[in-house]
Order: sequence, then C-alpha cells, then structure tokens
Amino acid sequence: MGLLVLACVSLFVTSSVAVDRGNFKTCDQSAFCKRQRALKAGQSPYRALLETLELSDSRVTLQLINDNNKVRLLLELYRLQGNMTRVKINELKPLKPRFEVPDVLVSDPPTEPLSLVSQDDNGVVLSLGAARQQRLIVSARPFRLDIVEGPEVLMSLNSRGLLAFEHLRVRKDTQANPEGTETKENVDGAEEPVEVKETAEEGAKDEDVDGMWEETFKSHTDSKPNGPTSISLDFSLPGVEHVYGIPEHADNLKLKTTDGGEPYRLYNLDVFQYELYNPMALYGAVPVMLAHNAVRTMGLFWLNAAETWVDISSNTAGKTVFGKMLDYVQGASETPQTDVRWISESGIIDVFIMLGPTPSDVFAQYASLTGTQSFPPIAALAYHQCRWNYNDQEDVQAVDKGFDEHDIPYDFIWLDIEHTDGKRYFTWDPHKFPNPKDMLQNIKDKRRKMVAIVDPHIKVDSGYKIHNEIRNQNFYIKNKDGGDYEGWCWPGSAGYPDFTKVEMRDWWASMFAYDQYEGSMENLYTWNDMNEPSVFNGPEVTMHKDAKHGDWEHRDFHNLYGFYVQMATADGLIRRSGGVERPFVLTRAFFAGSQRYGAVWTGDNAAEWDHLKISIPMCLSLGLVGISLCGADVGGFFKTPSTELLVRWYQTGAYQPFFRAHAHLDTPRREPWLFGPENTALIREAVRQRYTLLPYWYQQFYLAHTTGQPVMRPLWVEYPKDSATFNMDDQFLIGKDLLVHPVTEEGARGVTAYLPGHGEVWYDAHTFQKHNGAQSLYIPVTMSSIPVFQRGGSIIPRKLRVRRSSSCMESDPYTLYVALSPQRTAEGELYIDDGHTFNFNTKKEFVHRSLTFANNVLSSRNLCPECRFSSPAWIEKVVILGSSNPRKVNLKMDGKETALEFEFDASVSVLTVRKPGMSAGADWMLQLL
Amino acid sequence: MSRACLLLAFSLYVSTGCAVEVQRPRGVPLTKRQFYEENKPFTCLDGSRTIPFDRVNDDYCDCKDGSDEPGTAACPNGSFHCTNAGYKPTFIPSSRINDGICDCCDTTDEYNSGAVCQNTCRELGRQEREALQKQAEIAQEGFLLKQQLIQEAKRQQEEKQGKMTELQNNRKTMEEKVEALRTVKEVAEQPEKEAKERHHKAWEEQKAIIRAEKDKAKMAEAFLELDDDADGFVSVAELQSHSELNPDSDEAFTEAEAQGLLGGVDKVDTSSFETVWGNIKAKYVSEAQADSGTAPTQPPAEENRPPVRDNEPYPEDEPVDDEDEHDDEEEDEEDYNDEDDDKPPPSVRTPEKSEQDEEAMPPYDAETQALIDAAQKTRDDFDEAERALREVDDQIKSIEKELSFDFGPSGEFTYLYSQCYELSTSEYIYKLCPFNRVSQKPKYGGSETNLGSWGAWAGPEDAKHLVMKYEHGTGCWQGPNRSTTVKLTCGKETVVMSTSEPSRCEYLMEFTTPAVCQKPPSLDSLQHGHTEL
Repeated sequence: MGLLVLACVSLFVTSSVAVDRGNFKTCDQSAFCKRQRALKAGQSPYRALLETLELSDSRVTLQLINDNNKVRLLLELYRLQGNMTRVKINELKPLKPRFEVPDVLVSDPPTEPLSLVSQDDNGVVLSLGAARQQRLIVSARPFRLDIVEGPEVLMSLNSRGLLAFEHLRVRKDTQANPEGTETKENVDGAEEPVEVKETAEEGAKDEDVDGMWEETFKSHTDSKPNGPTSISLDFSLPGVEHVYGIPEHADNLKLKTTDGGEPYRLYNLDVFQYELYNPMALYGAVPVMLAHNAVRTMGLFWLNAAETWVDISSNTAGKTVFGKMLDYVQGASETPQTDVRWISESGIIDVFIMLGPTPSDVFAQYASLTGTQSFPPIAALAYHQCRWNYNDQEDVQAVDKGFDEHDIPYDFIWLDIEHTDGKRYFTWDPHKFPNPKDMLQNIKDKRRKMVAIVDPHIKVDSGYKIHNEIRNQNFYIKNKDGGDYEGWCWPGSAGYPDFTKVEMRDWWASMFAYDQYEGSMENLYTWNDMNEPSVFNGPEVTMHKDAKHGDWEHRDFHNLYGFYVQMATADGLIRRSGGVERPFVLTRAFFAGSQRYGAVWTGDNAAEWDHLKISIPMCLSLGLVGISLCGADVGGFFKTPSTELLVRWYQTGAYQPFFRAHAHLDTPRREPWLFGPENTALIREAVRQRYTLLPYWYQQFYLAHTTGQPVMRPLWVEYPKDSATFNMDDQFLIGKDLLVHPVTEEGARGVTAYLPGHGEVWYDAHTFQKHNGAQSLYIPVTMSSIPVFQRGGSIIPRKLRVRRSSSCMESDPYTLYVALSPQRTAEGELYIDDGHTFNFNTKKEFVHRSLTFANNVLSSRNLCPECRFSSPAWIEKVVILGSSNPRKVNLKMDGKETALEFEFDASVSVLTVRKPGMSAGADWMLQLL
Repeated sequence: MSRACLLLAFSLYVSTGCAVEVQRPRGVPLTKRQFYEENKPFTCLDGSRTIPFDRVNDDYCDCKDGSDEPGTAACPNGSFHCTNAGYKPTFIPSSRINDGICDCCDTTDEYNSGAVCQNTCRELGRQEREALQKQAEIAQEGFLLKQQLIQEAKRQQEEKQGKMTELQNNRKTMEEKVEALRTVKEVAEQPEKEAKERHHKAWEEQKAIIRAEKDKAKMAEAFLELDDDADGFVSVAELQSHSELNPDSDEAFTEAEAQGLLGGVDKVDTSSFETVWGNIKAKYVSEAQADSGTAPTQPPAEENRPPVRDNEPYPEDEPVDDEDEHDDEEEDEEDYNDEDDDKPPPSVRTPEKSEQDEEAMPPYDAETQALIDAAQKTRDDFDEAERALREVDDQIKSIEKELSFDFGPSGEFTYLYSQCYELSTSEYIYKLCPFNRVSQKPKYGGSETNLGSWGAWAGPEDAKHLVMKYEHGTGCWQGPNRSTTVKLTCGKETVVMSTSEPSRCEYLMEFTTPAVCQKPPSLDSLQHGHTEL
C-alpha cells in the first residue's frame, strides 16, 4: 500500500519516473546536518576533567569541557554484561532535560564492575574485565576514548575530534526583545559585553549560522523553539573494511563510504517510488551498525530516535584490489580503517558498543538490549496473498476458491484500505463487506486467515467513534500551537494518535477486543501501514518536527512512532485472546526493537528486476539488526511484472522470511493462475517448496526468538574468516544450513553461486548432487526453480504433504533430510509446538529435539526434558544424502529393534529409509549397518 | 495415527436404494477397482514398480504416480475418489484427505481428522436436481425463445436483404434520374449564364461611365480647392498645403517632391492637372472632409473591447467602464446599472459607411429573369434527386454494416443490435449496448465514462459466442484504457445481471439472453442420471 491516486502534494510524478528527490532533504538542506558536516576532523575542543572522575561499582562518570564555550558535558561509562560498553554523554546542566529514548531497551541493561587500572594527568585506564584483557582508555586532552584488547585497539571514539554537542541555550534576540523582531544577531553577538565571556565566543561563532532557530524546507517552516540541539560523535574502527546495517536503505549489504556524497540518512519517511542504490532514508530506521573483519565482529548501537545521518569513510576505499595487494606485499600499508560519524538532531549521545567477538555474539549482545524477534504463528511464515484491494466479499471468496481450484496453498488473504468505510479504520465498507464475520468464517472453514489494514491516521469526523474517543481523551498529537495536529492522508483530514503515551497505547490495544472491533474474529490479524507517520501535506511527507508529544517534540520521537504503533497493535491482538494467542502484525515503519512486535516489509517497491535483486540486501540488513521477519512485495508493488519476473519473484520470496505477494490498485490482477497453466505450475511449485520447508522456517524463528540470531543471514555470518563472502548480497543463508541463490536476471540460463567452507560439502536441494565448498560454481538454471543447497553436516526436517494451508498440515509426518559432512556426521533440530499460542513459553508445551548423525547412527535426543507437548506427528521418511549403501537399517526404540526397509540410489548416493514411523517427540536411534 | 492399512469395505447406495457391498481400497473409483486386487501384489498404475498389497493405502508413498495411496494423503500427487452417493462422484487431491475440512459430501475424505462432517450428498443432490431442473426449464424456454429470435433474425435478414435489393434497384433508377436531371440542369443553365453575363456586362459599362464622370467632377473640385489663389493654376506651394500627399509621409513635404507630383513644373492648369490627379487622387483628402474632424481609420475605443464571454456572467469590470463613461453622473450605481441594462447597444458608433456612389444594379430584364427561374427549377430538381440518392446510400451502408456483424451461427444475437440494457448499482448506472459500447454513468451527477467499444467475440474456441469484448474505452489515470468483458449466460430475459471491476479499469459484466440457450437434455433423464451407479 502506498501513495497514489490522491491528487495532493507535488509527490505525484508519472509512474515511469522514480522518486522525486526534491521532496526529501539532502544533508545540506537539513540545517543541523549541514552545520555538523561543516565541522571537519581535527583537534577536539573537548577536554576530560579528570579531577571530576567518579567510579562506582557499575559506572564511571567524568565531566568534559568544551574549551571554546566552556559548556560542560557529563560522560557516563558502563560495562554491560555480555561484553558490551555503554557510553553516554549529556549536558552536565542542561537548561531543561534532554530527550532520552524510552521503551526501546527491554530493561535497564545489567552492568558489570569496572575497575580503575591506572590514572595520571593524561588520562585514565579502566579494565573492562580481566578475561579478555580489555581496557577502556580515557585520554584527557583532547578527550578521546579507546577500547583496546591486549595490544590491539578495537575502537576509538572522538579520535577525529568530531564530538559536537549543541547545548541548549536561550535565544538571544528573544531575550532582548520578547516580540522576537529580527534584530541583527551578528552584531549583537559581536557586541556582547565582556562579562559573559564564556558564551561570547560561541555567540560570535554559532549564532550567525542559519537554521538554528527556524528552518524552512519547501513551503514548510520548522519553528525550532529549542534552537540548535544536535549531537555528533565519531568512531574509528582500525582493521575494519566492512561495515553493515543501519537500515532501512535500498542499497547493497556492505555500506559504502559517503565521502563526497550524501551520508546514510535515518529518518522514517514514506518515499513514493523509491530509488535503488542510494543512501536516502526510507520507511524505517535501526541505528545499529556492524563492523566485521576476519578476526572480529563488533556492533554500534546509537540509541537516538531523532533524524540521524551517518557518514562512513575508509582509508582503503579508493584503493583497488591490486593496490591493496601491493601494500600487503610491500608491507607498506597502513592498517585498513573505517571511520564512522553519527549525527542526530536532538537528544543525547547514548551508544552501546558490542564487542563481539563473533557475529553470533554481537547478535546475542544486541538481543540482550532490545529483545529478540517475536515468535510468529507458523501460519505467518506461510504464503500471504495480498492486493490493493480485494474488492468485496465475493472477490475474497473467489480468490480463496481460486487457490483451491489450482491446488496452491495459502494461509493469509489480505485487505488493504479499501475494505474500510471511507478509510475509517476498524470499520468495514457496508456495501463491499457487509458481513465480515461470514467472510472470516468461510476463510476459517478452510483453516485460513485474514489480515486487515489499520493505519494510525484517524479521519477527523465527528461521526466516527475512534476519532471522537481519541479527541475526547486528548490522545492526539498536538501541533506547535497546542491544537490537535491535523494532516492530510488517505481519509482526507486526519489526526495522529499520540502512541508515545502509554494510556493511548492501552486504549488503542483495547480497540482490538472482539466486542470493540466490529466484524473481527480470531483469524483476523492486522497490518499497520503509513506509520512513519505519512502526512501527505507535511514536510517530506511526514509530520512537522515541532508537533508536540506532551512536553517533547515530534523531532525527538520521530523514528519511534511506527515502533509504538506496532507495539500497541500487537498488544491489542494479544489482549483480545486473553494473552493466549501470539499476534501477527506487519509494519512499514520501524525502529530498534521493532522485532519484538512482528513483521516488516520493504514498502512500496516496483515490478522491476532490480527491485527483486535489492530485496536480498534489504532483508539481510534488517536481519543483522534483529528484524528477521522481513519480506518484499512479491511481484513488485508498483507497475506490472513480466511473467518471468513474477515467477522468479515467487521463487525468491519462497525463500525469504515474510512471503507475501502484493500489487498496486492500478495494476492488472496477478493471482498465480492468471498466466497460463505452465506458469501456474511454476508458481505452485515455488509455494509448495515453501510449505515443505515450514518446519525448518519455524525452527529458525524459534531460534531467532530464543537467541537473537538472524534467520536470513549473509554468508559472512557463518563464514566470518572467508573474505570472499564479505561483499556478497546476491545469495544468502537461511539459518546456517540452507544456501539460496535466487535468479534475479531476466532470461538467465545460469547463475554463479559461491559455496563457502573449506573442506565442507553442499548438496543441491533439488537434485541431491554434491558439491565441494569454497568454490564458485556455475549452475545452469531453467524456469523450474532457483538454486538451493543444503549444507553437508546438517539435518533439515520437512513436511512433504503440502496441503491447503499450514494449519491443515499440523499433524502431518516429517521427512528428515540428513546431509552428511565429509566426516559422515550431521546435526539438526526439530521443534514442534501448537503453532499459535504462547503455551510454548508459559507452559513449556513444545517438543525440541536434537538430531545427530554420527558413527552411522541417527539419533534423536530431547533438548527439553521438562517440556511436555504431545504431537501426533511422526517420521515418515529419512533421506540421507552422501550416504553409502548399508546392509541393513535398524530402528531402536523403546528397547525394541526393528529392521527397516530402505532404498539406495547409487547415482547420487542417497539412502531413503522407508517409513520408520517413530513419533516425532520420541527417543530413538536409527542404525545403518 | 493412521499408519494402519486402510482397506475398507463400504456400502454404496445406488439410486434404487438397495445396498450393495463393493470391496475396494479407500479412495479408488469403481472404474479402477480391477487394479487393486486384494492379496495380490499391486503394480503402480504407471507401471513403475510392484509392491505387496499391504502397502496400498499404508500411508506411505511408494508409487511415483501416487496410485498406491488413493485413500491417504501420503502422495503429493495422489487423488481420492468420493463416491458421493446421492450426488456427483468426484476426485479431490489426496492432500485434502483428513485435513480437517469436509470436501466430499459423503464425508469419506475426513475419516481420521476429528472433523465432524455431515453427509450432505442427498441434500446437494436434491438441490442440484432442482437447480438443473430449473436451469433446464429456463433453457427450454430460452431455447424456444431463441428459435423465435432465430426466426425473427432470419425474417429480418431476409427483409434486410430484400430491402437491400430494393434499395439497390431504386438506387440505380435514382442514379439515372440524377444524371438526367444534371443534364437538364446544365442545358437550362447555359442560356441563363449567357443572359446574366450580358446583363452584367452592360451594367459594368454603365458603371464605368458614371465613375469617370464622378472622377472628373472630383478632379475639378480638387483643382478648385487646391488653387487657393484662384489663379487657374495649382502651384507647388498650393500642393504642399496638402500634407497627405507627401510621397514619403515620414519626412517633410518638400518643394521638390511637390514639383515631382506636378510633373516637374512649378504649376499646372486645369488641363495639365488631369495627369497630376492621376498621381494624387488615391491620397487626396477633400478639405471639406478633413474639416469635419472624423478620422475614419480610427474606430471608437469600445470596438476593441472583447465581447463578454458566456462563461463570465458577471464581469467585474463592467460597472467600472460604465462609470468612466458617465463620470459626472451622480446616480446610485445600482440604479444606474439597472438603467444601463435597458439601453440599446451602442451601435451608432460604428464608422460611417464610405459614400456609396454606385447605384444598385438594375433588375434583370424579363427575358433573363425567365431564364433564371427556369434554371433554378432544374437545379432544385437535381438537388432533390441527389439528396434522395444520398439517403438511399446511407440506408444501404447502414444495412451493410448491420449485415457485417457476427450475430451468431443462426443470427440469434441480431435482436440485440441497436438495443441498450441498463443495470443500476448503488453508485452507477451501467449501460450495455451490444455491438456498440459499454458505459458507466454516476447515479448522482457526473458525466458518462466509456467502458469500451465493441471489439469482438472472445469466448473459447468452441464457444466463441459466450463472451463479448469491448475495448478502447476512456483511458485510466496511470493505467490502461478501460475495457469490458461481457459473459453471456442462458436466460429467458435479456438482462445485465451484474458488473464488477476485478482489475483496475477492466470490467466484467454478466448478461443473460435466450440467444445462448442450448437445447436441454430431456427432463426425464435429469430425474435419474445423477448418481454414480
């Protein structure tokens, strides 16, 4: 869903043209970014006042002073459990409190003791724990922080002197002249009496800069009552050439240097027809960056929800591979280094430095701060059929029937904004959807589900209950003058509920109760769109920064708005079921921590090959920063895909976490059976492959939920020493055992896939052909499928009986695919629960088995002996890839030994054990003799 | 758990109502029963392998074609046969066995899922029979109507053909008549033309004489005017007094120039003035005229004002202008305006017509007039005949167009031609004019939108006439041109049943007409033929 149709704002360009860049700010057009970026690396004016050092058990505090203006800052340092360091910098005595981001951290992060190692006039050395010999060195003049491990510097802060903290101040002209007539600031500043010496210099230096107290972009003026409040800090990463993360950008996985170009921007925006391969801001923002080299992975979490820009530079960026090699050979090279600089418009500096050292450690560290991916109902991992819009109940029924007629499974059918009564969310169009419960019951009878959209902009209409209640309870965001903020969106004039208020979120959640949300049923779930928030007639199509959330400005909260909307909605779905059912909520805007509330998609993409291609790095980047349940609109939202592109997109989407087809209102229908029997068969096969792998997907999400590991992973995450993988974003891993190389070129006859791992093997998931690792491999492709490989050494459970929906398959038996490593071993897991409630958590109702193949024995071991869940599911087949031909296969269970039948296909060395029949939750051993 | 072998014996009810037990594995249709012989090895139906019989329906897929598991969901490509006694037997994909959803009306697909299914076959059978009966009745009636339509179409076709022949015959006659009248006309026009030319020529000569006389008089008058000192000569100086005669009007009228006009001499007498007059008369302004002060080349200011356009009923500048004209009037503006409205338009300000010095042409003499009248009569006759011919041509063309349409194998769609059928929905009125166009008009104001003009029959090959396609309607913003697919079904009446827009700007209409009704099977066969056995 996205912008179109409305004849408002100059946003609307013809469909053949991409984003209208003029609608969105460059760094130069954003006053604070311009000011900050004008500051070049050099001697920092900040000095640490070592005499102010205070060391308690959990933290160190220290004052910093800016020698130019004498403003003092307070530095706080924490050692956090799990190998993390937190650095906070605020004004020592701000005129009024500065904003600190609430609700993102799952708790106050537990600390570990810091100890003083040494101190002299030049600085302080703190120990970050003896185990790793990590130290934090505070240098006093100029102020600088270095984190070292042994002799090695891991990271330096303010090493380039770009710490800049615009302190709160009183506007001089308004002080002198309350009416605020524009008197010459320059002159006033210069003529400042000598006694206010402290600020004189600053007055002369800063006050003449434009846009500090007001700035105008296009026709919108930002009143900036607090004046300049921006902050900036630089980080140097010696030995690092690869940095990732800071989504959302339509760009490659590996972040590029921004020297001479625009910084990466983090500011949640509804960008109409976004352009690829550039650092423009998109719908969501996660201010988390990962730094990786062959020996270490680290992370930086910049906890700030205001507009943020990130500059990246590198001392090796300009060098060719040959140049780097020459450096290496001649030994002349300086250490490669990446320098990063963060700039935010308001708030404080609050940075979490995650020291890894492995990728998996960084994921766990970040998860300990902001939580893990919510565990979705298994149906949410199945196939979703969406369109703007399914016209009416009959249309929904016809589409549902179409899937059955063409024997294509699906779990969710979606309704976009047109299902409502005049874009009043929580209502139904009385003509098109007169009996929503009948419709939902029909879907339920097929064991399927529905999602209906609920956006956060509320039609201003005194006949609309939701609006009246929000207004009466004073829950709307206010404009700068104190009235209810109104903007233009789908319903016309709309108010925006203040989701930053907990009372508001509570009330919102209560609106999802079955007796409040008329026509809703337990198989109706929710989609939050336009929650950047999108304001068609606002600056950059979003909310005015001087709008008010209580005492705070929207400026402070902006990137957090969508996070709160999804939070409140997910809470509503949980509460309507009495806390029993897991929610499913899709959001377009997001922030750090949004993973706790549901799924994210990459917004309004287009039916173009490049958009298919970019869906891979976009979801990989999100996965790296905790948001695993990510997908792109299959087929592309804008425009009409060629049949080939549509098929390829289904094949790719089937192997990405959130698998939903979606289309714009103005495009021709594209349900999977509309392109001739051949293509219907290709799409059916792609969707069926997804359904057979649902047990594996579900298990990966259980893992993501419990450990914070991403589901869709770049190869380097599993092969961190293999530098060949560091730039790769045309293929990816699901978990660690499936490697997928989508076909994203029109008319492709083959792809070159890279199979990682020295001494490892990979099995083609379709043909079972074995390939060695650590090689690039040309794989011929046809339209029938995309290359997928199973890692030698893994065991993947599948359900081969694909049915109408995932819930129809819940009791079906498993087939275990055991792919042997060269050492003839393999490992895997099997996770089973009811698929939709919190009982796995609250009552330990699940089955979690470890599956191991070693010494010719495949065995199942209980990973949770205290758990109880009885699943009717059983093991119908065991397929062992890379096997030899045994004489005999025996099953040992309950003290009995049974001989099993088997078949051996010598051409591909595949052993198929026929119907062992053991219960999926049981202890058993299968022996090859 | 459903691993047990599922060979079952079950009862099938034939329509006669007596129970017959037929042994066969679950999910196998009677027609394939012979392949599943109990206690004999089973060979997959694709012949790929042979397995012990106890592996049939043992909930494990052994055959690539799925034929060993007709009664379980084990094979991804299997199919299950529902007998559905009392209703229609059917196959379902074996993935729908025990999936918790009742697919077979006889409930046999859900034997182990816990789903509670009701046997609805009898009810469905009854409904089906009723529906079929009703359909058959409609088809019966519709088919009869169709025969009438065909007859009517045939009659119309013949009529049209007859009319065509008649028109074509008429046309021949008329064409001949037109040619004949053309000749008559031409014959009559020749003497008319000559007589008129004579008359005109005489009149031209007469006019020339009058003009020459007038010119002479004017010249004499001019001479007198120019000869200021009345010495009988016009001198250089006297000529110079008429600045309009300056040959290079921008600069001063010099003596040399004036002398040039006088033919190189200082002064001329009356007789020599004749040559001079030839040079100057075009520019010469009579003093009497110049004195009157009217500049005939300068139209009054009002004339330049653009006329008030219809779509600006209350131009704001109107009263202001009026006020300017009547500056000194102290009247209340409203009163004044009211008054002004009643005034006649200011037509008097148009410039005086240049003096009409030539008299009107004298009427034709009686003889010429007679010739003219006679010629006019032949012209009128000719025009009349030609118009009649054109009308016939139009009729022929229209019939040809109509005959060119594909009105179905027996012309059964002929009756739809030049008709329109409407359907009113909550928002719009849809109009289908078969073989012409489809349109949509908002119920409450707004203009009509073209949803497509007649394109072609677009049904599948064997039933081309069940779908009509209308194309190239009004373009959609950012989208295609609107188009409409019309699906035709058998009905007693000709009605637009429904419209929808499944895809943006692609409309779908359901339309009933007797013209697509097929002869139904005899109603008797319907009473019985609908059970498997």
